[in-house]
Amino acid sequence: MNIVVLVKQVPDTWSERKLSDADHTLDRASADAVLDEINERAVEEALLAKEAQGGEVTVVCMGPERANEAIRKALSMGADSAVHVSDEALHGSDAVQTARTLAAAIGTLESVDLVIAGNESTDGRAGAVPAMVAELLGWPQLTYARKLDTDGQSVSIERESDAGVATVEANLPALVSVTEKINEPRYPSFKGIMAAKKKPVSTLSVADVGLSADEVGLGSAPTQVVSSAPAPPKEAGVKVTDEGEGGVQIVEFLSGQKLV
Amino acid sequence: MVDHRLSEEHEALRQSVEAFARKEVAPVIGEYYERAEFPYPLVRGMANMGLFGLPVAEEQGGMGGDYFALCLALEELARVDSSVAITLEAGVSLGVMPISRFGNEQQKRQWLPRLASGEVLGAFGLTEPGGGSDAGATRTTAVLDGDEWVVNGSKSFITNSGTDITALVTVTAVTGEKPDGGKEISTILVPAGTPGFTVAPKYSKVGWNASDTHELSFDNCRVPAENLLGERGRGYAQFLSILTEGRVAIAALGVGLAQGCVDECLRYAGEREAFGHRIGGYQAIQFKLADMELRTHTARLAYYDAASRMLRGESYRKQAAAAKLASSNAAMDNARDATQIFGGYGFMNETPVGRFYRDAKILEIGEGTSEVQRMLIARELGLPSA
Repeated sequence: MNIVVLVKQVPDTWSERKLSDADHTLDRASADAVLDEINERAVEEALLAKEAQGGEVTVVCMGPERANEAIRKALSMGADSAVHVSDEALHGSDAVQTARTLAAAIGTLESVDLVIAGNESTDGRAGAVPAMVAELLGWPQLTYARKLDTDGQSVSIERESDAGVATVEANLPALVSVTEKINEPRYPSFKGIMAAKKKPVSTLSVADVGLSADEVGLGSAPTQVVSSAPAPPKEAGVKVTDEGEGGVQIVEFLSGQKLV
Repeated sequence: MVDHRLSEEHEALRQSVEAFARKEVAPVIGEYYERAEFPYPLVRGMANMGLFGLPVAEEQGGMGGDYFALCLALEELARVDSSVAITLEAGVSLGVMPISRFGNEQQKRQWLPRLASGEVLGAFGLTEPGGGSDAGATRTTAVLDGDEWVVNGSKSFITNSGTDITALVTVTAVTGEKPDGGKEISTILVPAGTPGFTVAPKYSKVGWNASDTHELSFDNCRVPAENLLGERGRGYAQFLSILTEGRVAIAALGVGLAQGCVDECLRYAGEREAFGHRIGGYQAIQFKLADMELRTHTARLAYYDAASRMLRGESYRKQAAAAKLASSNAAMDNARDATQIFGGYGFMNETPVGRFYRDAKILEIGEGTSEVQRMLIARELGLPSA
């Protein structure tokens, strides 16, 4: 089966992340860029499915030239090839435009059976792109998977949400988004790293995937960021001394936060 | 011109091991260390990444990398923990490399795929109770009796020799007398579980507590004649070459420890407050950190240089000794300074720097003491012998 994994390069969560003052987009120069951890899990799940069912794993990524590093990481884990949509016109694209671009890029590939994505990126955290891509492709969407099974004909997941766990099934082709509980991703081996250098990466422009430059990017984005501010520094917590009433105080605190 | 930038694939490997050390090793190693327990799941993780086969050719079951790749992996592991790093170092430089370098086709076929995949571990028995630096003073003997070697003697401080996955120990033994009356030393492969081969309970050590170290004894231990590794009588030359490259690996490990001290202190100095300011603002701390960074940087350059000479096939004995000496000095000095910067917390086993302090000392002893490194450097300078 042919599996596509959507991957994104994000600023390392270990480094300081900020938005640019000019247009409130990510300041990519200020932080180390890495393959998003949730995407490593998506790649791992695709590789497990490939190992069980056979087939090919193709990585699809939208991002600037530097995102090539994240693509290489996915290839060094074991993915077979990659499509990199890289175009100046994409700068500042929002979730809808990103989904359109990714769906169009998937459309350039032949006979895709399954798309696997992370449920949300660690930078934007909109958590909307996987569902939007499925909608644009006209495929079933199985989101928030903590477990995935496929026999090559259909896919079944355990979908975990605040409301509980449900088993959801769909015929292929379909799109699945995975949570951090899905697996523990492998670390690239040296052999994998060496092999990745020889794997095909096709770099496509916006026009190559059949879109026009004025459909994407900050200027025509359906949503606009009008202002942004750095996250406030963490404030000291409330210290509660237990003088026999500790349990009551904890419940009062939690109910004050509307958590119970 | 000299260029110490890493190639793309070396850098990718470094990042991969860095992530493994940060995410898999760091959260759990403290507990293994306190229990003095061998971290099997972490060894499995390193095996899955192919680290045990880094410098081994692909057709022998390895990763097709080079010895420098191994050094980079060791540095990144030792930034977080030295027990895990030495388990890999000994597994590769002492377990895999003697067979990879000196084994015949049959021995390579038999052992390398499993050793290089990390499925099993190999150990190297050189040091004896009565001879460490004087490694030529081997007392262990092996006598050919029909088509079997009969091994008698004991070996000390042997890393990876008693784990559940230890498959063999490569031992040096006196197999006769040379024409000049000197000892003829040969190397013999002794599989784990061979009758007469006994592994003593593990040592209680000052550091490297999560690594596996035992004394071994051989009492009329019989192995097939074909377990001779390489030529008979070449044992001394073999272990000298294994130890020379091993010095570069240990240098990388020491640089990792020295860097780990810098990492921890940078973080701490930016958080800890004293007398109304973060301590990183005080010159007393800044100068310490500047010195720590300098030692780490110079020791790293020294091992990069030794490794690049090794890979180019040039003589690197002096550079390997210098790298080992610079690195173990850096590790020891940085561990002392890091503990000082952390104050009372640095004396607690729960902080990494407490472990770094305990783990640093052995670097001045193992794989050639600092005195032996000075002897080697002096010899390479062409000084007269006493």
